[in-house]
Amino acid sequence: MTAVAHDVPHGLEHATSTGLDSRKLAIWTFIGSECMFFASLISNYLVHKGRSLVGPFPHEPWTSPSGEHFKPILEIPLVTLGTALLLFSSLFVVLALSGAQRGSRKALVGWLAATIACGIFFVGMQVYEFTHFVREGLKLSTNLFGASFYTLTGFHGTHVTIGVIWLITLWILALRGKIPPSKSLNLEMAALYWHFVDVVWIIIFPVVYLIK
Amino acid sequence: MATRVLDQQRVHAPAAHGEKTGVLSWLTTVDHKRIGILYGATAFFFFLMGGVEALLLRIQLGAPNNTFLSAERYNELFTMHGTTMIFLAIMPLSAMFFNYMIPLLIGARDVAFPRLNAFSYWVFLLGGLFLNVSWLFGAAPDQGWFGYANLTSKQFSPGPNVDFWMLGLQILGIASLAAAVNFFVTVINLRAPGMNLMRMPMFVWMSFITQVLLLLAFPVITVALILLMFDRFFGTHFFVPSGGGDPILWQHLFWIFGHPEVYILILPAFGIISEVLPVFSRKPLFGYAAMVFSGVFIAFLGFGVWSHHMFSTGMGPIADTFFALTTMLIAVPTGVKIFNWIGTMWGGSLQFRTPMYFAVGFIAMFIIGGLSGVMHASPPADLQQTDTYFVVAHFHYVLFGGSIFGLTAGAYYWWPKMFGRMLDERLGKLHFWLMLIGFNLTFFPMHFVGLNGMPRRVYTYPEGLGFETLNQIETAGSFVLGLAFVVFLYNIFQSWRKPANAPADPWNGATLEWSIPSPPQEFNFPEIPVVHGRDAHWEAKRGRTTPLPEPARVSGAGIHLPNPSYWPLITAIGLTAVFTALMVLGHTGSHVWAVVAAVLLLFFGVFRWAFEPAG
Amino acid sequence: MLFRTVAPRSLRSASALGLLAVVLVACSPEHYPQTTLLPRGDFAQIADHLLDTTVKWALLVFVLVEGVLVYSIFRFRGKPGDPEPQQTHGNTTVEIIWTVIPALILAAIAVPTVKAIFQTSSSPGKGSLLVEVVGHQWWWEFRYPEFNLTTANELHVPVGRTVSLRMGSGDVIHSFWVPQFAAKRDVFANRETRLWFKAEVTGEYPGQCAEFCGVQHGRMAYRIRAQTPEEFSAWVAHMQSLKAQPASTARGDSGVKTASQGATVQQSNQGAAPSQGAAPSQGADYATGEKLFTAKGCVACHALYAVNAPKGMVGPNLANVGARSYIAAGTLKNTDENLSHWIRDPQGVKKGVLMPNLGLTATEAQALVAFLRAHK
Repeated sequence: MTAVAHDVPHGLEHATSTGLDSRKLAIWTFIGSECMFFASLISNYLVHKGRSLVGPFPHEPWTSPSGEHFKPILEIPLVTLGTALLLFSSLFVVLALSGAQRGSRKALVGWLAATIACGIFFVGMQVYEFTHFVREGLKLSTNLFGASFYTLTGFHGTHVTIGVIWLITLWILALRGKIPPSKSLNLEMAALYWHFVDVVWIIIFPVVYLIK
Repeated sequence: MATRVLDQQRVHAPAAHGEKTGVLSWLTTVDHKRIGILYGATAFFFFLMGGVEALLLRIQLGAPNNTFLSAERYNELFTMHGTTMIFLAIMPLSAMFFNYMIPLLIGARDVAFPRLNAFSYWVFLLGGLFLNVSWLFGAAPDQGWFGYANLTSKQFSPGPNVDFWMLGLQILGIASLAAAVNFFVTVINLRAPGMNLMRMPMFVWMSFITQVLLLLAFPVITVALILLMFDRFFGTHFFVPSGGGDPILWQHLFWIFGHPEVYILILPAFGIISEVLPVFSRKPLFGYAAMVFSGVFIAFLGFGVWSHHMFSTGMGPIADTFFALTTMLIAVPTGVKIFNWIGTMWGGSLQFRTPMYFAVGFIAMFIIGGLSGVMHASPPADLQQTDTYFVVAHFHYVLFGGSIFGLTAGAYYWWPKMFGRMLDERLGKLHFWLMLIGFNLTFFPMHFVGLNGMPRRVYTYPEGLGFETLNQIETAGSFVLGLAFVVFLYNIFQSWRKPANAPADPWNGATLEWSIPSPPQEFNFPEIPVVHGRDAHWEAKRGRTTPLPEPARVSGAGIHLPNPSYWPLITAIGLTAVFTALMVLGHTGSHVWAVVAAVLLLFFGVFRWAFEPAG
Repeated sequence: MLFRTVAPRSLRSASALGLLAVVLVACSPEHYPQTTLLPRGDFAQIADHLLDTTVKWALLVFVLVEGVLVYSIFRFRGKPGDPEPQQTHGNTTVEIIWTVIPALILAAIAVPTVKAIFQTSSSPGKGSLLVEVVGHQWWWEFRYPEFNLTTANELHVPVGRTVSLRMGSGDVIHSFWVPQFAAKRDVFANRETRLWFKAEVTGEYPGQCAEFCGVQHGRMAYRIRAQTPEEFSAWVAHMQSLKAQPASTARGDSGVKTASQGATVQQSNQGAAPSQGAAPSQGADYATGEKLFTAKGCVACHALYAVNAPKGMVGPNLANVGARSYIAAGTLKNTDENLSHWIRDPQGVKKGVLMPNLGLTATEAQALVAFLRAHK
């Protein structure tokens, strides 16, 4: 879907009806549609909450019929750190955009790198979390918690990953000086997407990790 | 009247300006008009396929205990008939008009994202092929077009049939979403100066609402299909009772998408009718604002009625009451539309050309579909009607009597504009009468056979239940209906052999597309028009004693047009490859490399696209 | 004239007559044993009254709106040279009227609808006869906890006593439909759904699954027999008298037809076989058939006794299979020939059913038929 954002609108010999750039409008439209996507996934998680037939469970310990003992599986401190970094990255991308608009390549490149680092940390955290869970005995097919947890956080993680790839692409362009103020919209679109992915996580985090 | 115009205004061959030909030019085209034609041709092909599937079903049902089709084949055919007609025929036929007409109607040179537009088409084409390739494997989808869980689980549908459907719809959904973003932005942002929202032609309005529905409804089915894919390929139990899952969840997710989908199918036809009726009544659309707001209201309510497809699941009296009342409420704005259409005709000077026949046929048939809809808005009554042929009758009155009549009206209306050729009036009217008679012969008896106890989706019925006579009539009617489209095909064929003869404005049209030559030049408008009111082209002609001169074909030198591009096609292939690889992964449990390779191809396409200068 | 483009007047009137004939045939529900339009139970009557109400309003709207449409077609037909008609854009008063009137009509439908929703959702009340219904791919299991009985594909109910159905599924979603007495309700593997009705007229009627449930959805029919309370009690007593080992149990002499003669629908329909139970004149075929029933593995999926039969067996209960009007869930009439054909080639008759082709010879099949036929 990054394609949407990179396509250059046509027919701009006259000003657009709203005065907004069509690409910006498109990314907003896309985000509106994505809201329904994540709303459905979050609903799916909530519908299946507490309906797993077997453990491991997110917030409760569980002893399997064979006597194996499982702790509550969620690792809240680590994810809280990831959440915080993702939140900060939204600030960083704003600063990077401000740099791009001002023509400050240093600010642009620096803050963009910070954003990307946060994104990579978040994805890394999720990869760690997933592998850890699998070792603990929670696979996608283990129970409904596993299924809805991996589906929800996995699709969010995929969005973060796509965002990271997008931002890295822009970072390389920025390094080469190809994002002058006149083209800051290219970054603005990625930033809008990044904020959205961030906001979605702000909903997912309490729903999955905090609400028992 | 048009013949008179034809005599006066001499026919001209299309000018050669910048028009490229050859297969390559079609593969790389980003011209909304060409993409529209591609959409139309592909969708019409699928429509004929879906029609042939329907005829086979009707032959099977023509006699009790018939063995013309096996149970498996029958189930495949009815599933593919429904899936094809909805996702591969009606939706893309509407998309043909979105593509071709929206930019012309709003006075734009193209859509907002021409390459994304090409991408949508290629994804649609490949998705349609993906679905239909299943026939070659002898494993066409066979679980019904709404694929109720848990029949779709691996346990009860072990074959790849459901997988073709599940992944095919996913591909088609992406095509629809990409197109929806594009047209949403196009309508908001590329309107000609002066064309504020309340001056937009009604077809643009209804199409715009359709895009909003697509944007909000398709993500839900996307998620539902993802969950189903996880159940089938990766062992989850979202819809599998033995693992704690709930098949009802599928029904909720499906119909939250599925009911807005019904309006996605009908609103563009509403729009077309609202263009055709004023032109052939020589009178503006009656109650423009009411038409806009009733459309918005229908779309809004469309998200609050989904469970009326689920009355028989026993949701309890509170939910039944809520969904019964919201469903009935939808009849109010729908009624407003019908009354406004009749109000448009009232006091007019009706010109009975072929498009007008289909438009009036639409109103007459859609009323019947709307009324039977109100009948099963009552849950206790619906408990007898649901899953019987009564419902089959109802939704064919809405989707055939509604959407197809509307789209056919649009085809006859805009054909001269799109191809520069007039379709024959006599053949057109023959097409209409065969279609009207065949349609009613086929579907009207279904009301009775349904109320008298025939369930839908049965591959045969025993003797002695009394279903024979009416089913025979339906089968005969379906062939009359088929004949109607043979006449249509012949009409197209004969117009092809004649020289291009259509003037710019054969119907005394009200909207901007009639101000430019037929077919339009690549850049549509030599100068972007300035709009001063609704029915802009009527305004331009008002007060003139002589017809406007035929617009000249001009050189487009200096007009900036987007470059053709391969990357939409390559990206679409990459996307389809991802789903094909998923299919392989799901059935072999290995070959992850194939998925990785396909994703890389997809990313390659996206990157080359992103870095290609748009021209 | 609009209609003249295609048909001359005579053809038009002929086709109108034809259409009328079709409508008349279509409107007489007596020809349709599975009809919803001749309600014979209280639940179905509620649905039917509601349908009547909506149909009346719908017909009124239909005639008025289509009438105005047709009138406009003729009245406002333009002729060449006509001046441009008056360019009206709307009329607020008229538009308000035609928004309000449909809303009022809908209210007139909504009130009885809501009333009927709560009526049909109410509990069946005390003293109702509980029947458990289990849908299977592709047959119906019926259990009477009150009598500890199980049967398949033929539901017996007494008239005058409310029957309370508690329903589930052994596999996918089906929909249990009793068009003559009630309506339909889906059945699920993971939840119980309910339906109730009180039959008011005796008789035997067909019903069938109404939710697409796989390959043989079209062959998932059942019969419902509404009987007088006496007949029903007799049937219950008879079913209870059927023992787990019918062959080893003497069940008195009888003049009932031998297996080879076959039970016709008519005879089996005489309600309630005598409560003493019917004993077959057990020939050699019967004994062979009994052995084959075990040797060929039939016994693994089918119970031959109605009392205390385990719930959710893979195949239909066969305790009274000899007395049923149809076999294979409404696929074939229950004649010896058909029964033999069915057990020899189930996959040919009803492809996809769980019953495998056992490779029975004609003689084996004959013996099994004799054995099964004796189970009435």
